[in-house]
Amino acid sequence: MTSTQIFDEDTVAKAQELIARYPQSRSALLPMLHLVQSVQGYVSQEGIDFCAQQLDLSEAEVSAVVTFYTMYKRRPCGEHLVSVCTNTLCAALGGDAVYKKLSEHLGVGHEEVAGEPGAPGSIMLEHAECLAACDLAPVLQVNYEYYDRQTPESAVELVDALRRGEKPAPTRGAPLSDFKGAERQLAGFFPEDEQIYRSEVDGPSQAVETLRGAQLAAERGWTAPVMEDVPLPEVEKK
Amino acid sequence: MSDPLTPVLTKRWLSPNSWRLSVYEQLEGYQALRKALRGTPEQLVQLVKDAGLRGRGGAGFPTGLKWSFMPRDVNGRTAKPHYLVINADEGEPGTCKDIPLMMADPHSLIEGCVIASYAMRSHHCFIYVRGEALHCIRRLNAAVREAYQAGYLGKNILGSGFDLELTVHAGAGAYICGEETALLDSLEGRRGQPRLKPPFPAAAGLYASPTTVNNVESIATVPFIVLGGSDWFRQMGREKSPGPKIYSISGHVERPGQYEAPLGTTLRELLELCGGMKDGIPLKFWTPGGSSTPMFTADHLDIPLDFEGAAEAGSMLGTTAVQVFNETVSVPWAVMKWTQFYEHESCGKCTPCREGTYWLAQILERMVDGRGTEEDIDTLLDVCDNILGRSFCALGDGAVSPITSGIKYFRDEFLALCESNKRELVGAQS
Repeated sequence: MTSTQIFDEDTVAKAQELIARYPQSRSALLPMLHLVQSVQGYVSQEGIDFCAQQLDLSEAEVSAVVTFYTMYKRRPCGEHLVSVCTNTLCAALGGDAVYKKLSEHLGVGHEEVAGEPGAPGSIMLEHAECLAACDLAPVLQVNYEYYDRQTPESAVELVDALRRGEKPAPTRGAPLSDFKGAERQLAGFFPEDEQIYRSEVDGPSQAVETLRGAQLAAERGWTAPVMEDVPLPEVEKK
Repeated sequence: MSDPLTPVLTKRWLSPNSWRLSVYEQLEGYQALRKALRGTPEQLVQLVKDAGLRGRGGAGFPTGLKWSFMPRDVNGRTAKPHYLVINADEGEPGTCKDIPLMMADPHSLIEGCVIASYAMRSHHCFIYVRGEALHCIRRLNAAVREAYQAGYLGKNILGSGFDLELTVHAGAGAYICGEETALLDSLEGRRGQPRLKPPFPAAAGLYASPTTVNNVESIATVPFIVLGGSDWFRQMGREKSPGPKIYSISGHVERPGQYEAPLGTTLRELLELCGGMKDGIPLKFWTPGGSSTPMFTADHLDIPLDFEGAAEAGSMLGTTAVQVFNETVSVPWAVMKWTQFYEHESCGKCTPCREGTYWLAQILERMVDGRGTEEDIDTLLDVCDNILGRSFCALGDGAVSPITSGIKYFRDEFLALCESNKRELVGAQS
């Protein structure tokens, strides 16, 4: 198949929309690669050709970018991507054990897929670098939605549910969709249905940990100093 | 003397649906913008200088000074457009403040972006968010949409004649893009590799145009400074490091979380706030501001955690990502894990970092596996010496921090790993 058969008119229109967002077209490359992944579930050679055509770049220029960034998958991803943080802090609190258990349970290693790639219930596993949720360690993400404070047991339960076709709600994030759906949003395209859009935006974002400082201050009556209405400083006219 | 906790940036987080515009407006939202637009760009730059705000992304560079580097002449024949780029590529191990901030209170960042853009005569602002922070990207996009509809973004903002476009841009998984010039290359659609400085971004940044790159927390602080003034801001923190700061406490403590306190708060005070060490197991080592800041030990409980205090004690304030480890954790193992991270994230542009991080990771892996020798410790330090100050950007410097500080404070633990590989003396077993 050629890239024009895989990427339909709608995808071309979206690619053009991305280009229009930036003062210079090449800036649209990163979001366009997310868009390509939302169609195919990975960045294929056709995906590289597509971006090169849209942006008037060479294939080599696009390939060089694709291979630099971890989030662009060069082999077909599963319906879901499960990323386990194994950086030091998460690892010390159990992240390494979570990854090891999932790897054994699914019978796959880093960036390998359990099941037929793309088929319902298939899962790509990866160990991730720090996911910026250290107060909630150990964490993992499914399609970049957060599942906080995991144990090997809870993680096994989670992937088994995914394999059964269920979509357990993330601790923080929107209701779970799939890898392609997540990639569409990373490209900057969100649901047009207002109600669905709102429910996704309003998905939970705060854990107990997130609010601990603010809560403690409220309980103890601690505040920042009171503000008074002061004018902006005077500066000499030049 | 301010209170032990001073919620400014984190205060609105407690309000239900704090991310919505309607809630933000009820809680003084966009009042600072109105005030700012009545003033001149020069007044705003002066205000931020007076307040002494220092960059919250790790380096602590004075924000107002950075703004003042932007050219003033925007109408000349050769003048190029100005850009403000927000570094929301939060990825330094241990750091977890910007993503909760943008999820809970995205409008505070957007309001800060409009004020800062006005101060620097920029008409296009980009927020570069790391790709793995999907929910955060979703919230930011929704907030930007609301702000456009309400006239806080777009043409002729609040009737001031000032125009601003704001674009939320998702990254694709590369720690190095947190380095400001690598971020600019990435935003231009290239591999995220750092640029040679000078020229600095204020002279030639995005698309070779004058550009300022600021951290999320720095810019979200600006509306509060506009409302309260520099004297108000300086009532918190210390003279050279004023203001409140979000300390992200993680690891072996009873109640990890986000604690916004005046700069200069000590770990002893933070531990009191978060309930002390988990299960009473004693503290062994900790980072004041992410893995790139040399580690501290139980001897550093009373170091004031501000830019000067951390530096005087041999480390850096970094991102105030306080990762706390107790006695059950092996230092060489922790150092190995961090080194593997830098090895993975080294962009490959310069030799000392590209090759050095590989060697370091391999040596540490061998040592942790029980196959190290005493000589390895010297080799590690030697390689570190060849990376520190000799690599293209700060990633290399950051990579050696855990190793040199780990060996400095816990050499015995590294030596113990080599115990079984000591060369036997000739004749000793005869």
